Amino acid sequence: MMMEHTVKAFDEDITRLRGLIAEMGGLAELAIQEALEALVTGDEERGMQVVIRDKKLDALQAEVDTMAVRMLALRAPMADDLREIIAALKIAGVVERIGDYSKNIAKRVGRIEGRSRFEPLTLLPAMGELAAEMVHDVLTAYAARDPFMAREVIERDVKVDAFYDSVFRNLVSHMVENPSTISSAAQLLFVARNLERIGDHATNVAEMVYFAATGAYPTDIER
Amino acid sequence: MVNEQTAELPSRERLQQHVPAPIVAEEQPAPQVKMCARDVSVFYGAKKAIDNVSIDIHPQFVTAFIGPSGCGKSTFLRALNRMNDTIPSARVEGCIELDGEDIYHSDMDVVQLRARVGMVFQKPNPFPKSIYDNIAYGPKIHGLASGKAEIDQIVEKSLRRAGLWEEVKDRLTDSGTALSGGQQQRLCIARAIAVDPEVILMDEPCSALDPIATAKIEELIDELRGRYALVIVTHSMQQAARVSQRTAFFHLGNLVEYDDTSRIFTNPREERTKDYITGRYG
Amino acid sequence: MNNLDQPADGTHVAPTRSDAYARRLKRRYKAERRFRYAGAAAVVFSLAVLVFLLGNMAVNGIGGFQRTVIEVPVDLSQAALTVPPGMEDEAVAVRALQTQGLPEIVEASARRALGEDAAEELNTDAWRIVGRAIVADPSLLGTRADFALPASEALSSAYSRDGARELQPLAQDLAARGLLYDSFDPGFLTRSDATDPQLVGIWSALKGSVLTMIVTLLLAFPIGVLAALYLEEYAPKNHWTDVIEVSINNLAAVPSIIFGLLGLAVFLWLFPSMRSAPLIGGLTLALMTMPVIVITGRNAIKAVPPSIRDGALAVGASPVQVVFHHVLPLALPGILTGTIIGMARALGETAPLLMIGMRAFVATPPAGFTDPATVLPVQIFLWSDEIDRGFVERTSAAIIVLLGVLLLMNGLAIYLRNKFEKRW
Repeated sequence: MMMEHTVKAFDEDITRLRGLIAEMGGLAELAIQEALEALVTGDEERGMQVVIRDKKLDALQAEVDTMAVRMLALRAPMADDLREIIAALKIAGVVERIGDYSKNIAKRVGRIEGRSRFEPLTLLPAMGELAAEMVHDVLTAYAARDPFMAREVIERDVKVDAFYDSVFRNLVSHMVENPSTISSAAQLLFVARNLERIGDHATNVAEMVYFAATGAYPTDIER
Repeated sequence: MVNEQTAELPSRERLQQHVPAPIVAEEQPAPQVKMCARDVSVFYGAKKAIDNVSIDIHPQFVTAFIGPSGCGKSTFLRALNRMNDTIPSARVEGCIELDGEDIYHSDMDVVQLRARVGMVFQKPNPFPKSIYDNIAYGPKIHGLASGKAEIDQIVEKSLRRAGLWEEVKDRLTDSGTALSGGQQQRLCIARAIAVDPEVILMDEPCSALDPIATAKIEELIDELRGRYALVIVTHSMQQAARVSQRTAFFHLGNLVEYDDTSRIFTNPREERTKDYITGRYG
Repeated sequence: MNNLDQPADGTHVAPTRSDAYARRLKRRYKAERRFRYAGAAAVVFSLAVLVFLLGNMAVNGIGGFQRTVIEVPVDLSQAALTVPPGMEDEAVAVRALQTQGLPEIVEASARRALGEDAAEELNTDAWRIVGRAIVADPSLLGTRADFALPASEALSSAYSRDGARELQPLAQDLAARGLLYDSFDPGFLTRSDATDPQLVGIWSALKGSVLTMIVTLLLAFPIGVLAALYLEEYAPKNHWTDVIEVSINNLAAVPSIIFGLLGLAVFLWLFPSMRSAPLIGGLTLALMTMPVIVITGRNAIKAVPPSIRDGALAVGASPVQVVFHHVLPLALPGILTGTIIGMARALGETAPLLMIGMRAFVATPPAGFTDPATVLPVQIFLWSDEIDRGFVERTSAAIIVLLGVLLLMNGLAIYLRNKFEKRW
């Protein structure tokens, strides 16, 4: 167990900062799941909720920004503490963008017609679950300050990319066979793209977690 | 929901195994060594104050010694110019060399050593003489100048190098003790410079000064870098971070870590160093 | 919180705001006022004692600076006196005049002018004054001049001290005619000891004191300062230096008469022919003064801050240079203070000097350090023993001279101390 700072208020500040990141992570994860649920079931009301909840995420990011700047100015952190705060600053920005992607997905709920016949629609929840898992795990790694877990998350991005490729091919062939569904299929393309981006951002977070823990970047991992 | 704050942390050793070489600035070719200490221990009577310290001081860098109170950094600093000789119960083991010569050898003249390795103290201690006489004293007793004209030159040069000339050039006959704290400290630095040393040791030179005077001294240290090998003991980590290129962390008489300053303060190797600089010590 | 401080009606008051506290505060202020008054009273009392002593001395001693003189017109025109040419030594020239009959001439003049009785009461050595005047200014020969010549001790006593009843009518008569009066006698400071209070002077004792003080200073100061420096700077701190420190402290407290015994036993055994000499007296007093200088010197050196020493060492000064360039100049004011104290004590010492025999009757001032001499305190002591009442005033006058010398010495040392303090 890491020793506490002699100035207890410093520990309290760091705890609060980490708590904010954890909260943001939870909200982001929820947003992904809810957005996909809404998309598959066509529940516009649920989609609306996702959009509204995204504001909270933005507010939390602003709070993390303020806190981090304050701590840098007042605590003059060194070594681990410095890396931790810089990482928290960057992670908050990335998680907020993940939330924006989920919002984007939720906005497209109303534009899909004829769901029951849409075969590619069934692929997306699985992809979304992968992405959500990545987000969940990377934030667990953050909480545990575990760089190995972070590396493992980075390795998983390959799977999300592979998933995206398969969904893409699937949707394109569907569009070729059923030209009337082109506009809906296009929407789904965007959704898939957003999920792939979420995966990429989760790896960004993983890199920051790795940096905070070790002071170096994981340069040798293929992504 | 992610909220485990108390997860088991991976041990530092395990982490270090996997850390790839950090990307740091290009290292200069092997730096020269001005003073080197090998297995140095300092005893006060039976008490061991410094335990087996080995360190190289490089002429082109400012080296900072940091550490908690009583860790022996001042004791070690004083061993570098044999100021511990004034304490009857002090005893030094091991080897300290200046340009390859053992300074504790009977052949080494202490008086000459102290002219080559100057020292500035925590509390400014100008002699109760005029500013001119303060600076001129060292060159006079060492016979570095013949005649008043040469001494005048040395006085002016030293005061200019210390950044004090403009402020006192019209009142060289005023008493040295009439200056402000920051000016007095710069006077002491000028006094050390006047005997043309090779190394200047500074024992917490700014701890008795206000922030502006401190900033001026730090700027002066930066200007002196390269011309003299500077070793500065400080209890302010921010100051060590600002002025030095190499930092040594002492703890309970041991040298725990000695590395590039930027490395020490962003990613130190030793747990004890990290605990100290992040404020987790004690 | 003291429950007694709380008001009776149950309300709560901060402890320092209650009435009981206010009362205690008043008592504290009263106590402080009492203390201040006590201090002021002590100062006033001390000042009063000082004023009384000095006033007493002054009143008694003023008379000692005067002597009773008779105005005698001396006619030198008739006499065939010549001042032998080429006579530099005044004493020898006066003796030459004596053999030529100057005393009789003076007596004759007095008899002619004042009558038999008055002439008889002229001091036996009065003619010397005329003689010295002639030697100083040979043109007086062949003229008639008025001289104020000292009266005899009896007449002086009759005139100013209500003694010698039988001479009082004569005294009053002469005084009424303006021929007998007390005049200021600067010769008191230039003449030496004598049996006649009218002729007595303090000079030989003064010179003896100065010579003795010079010997004391030349011995005690360097030895004391060097000993203090060695003990503070170089001596290892072990059992032996502790013993030395205790010994020196005790030596400073030893009664001065013991030093007299030491002087008697050692110095007079070494230099038996120099009894009563300032050299021996100085040696004895130096022994007495040295411990004081060592103790105050050590304290002054201890008071020099170690930061100055460190600063000098760091610039590359050797230990000896540190001591003589930095420590000693800073310690000098304190050392000088100790020296003042020591020398002032030595100046006023009587007992040890009596023991080594500096109590001789010395009629001529000492020419050097090895001639017999006496010192002011001893002279005062000897005069105070005399039966003749004329010596009482002279004694008080001598005390005033002693105080004057003391003041001068202290003033010089304080000036030196301030000069060094300002410079550094």
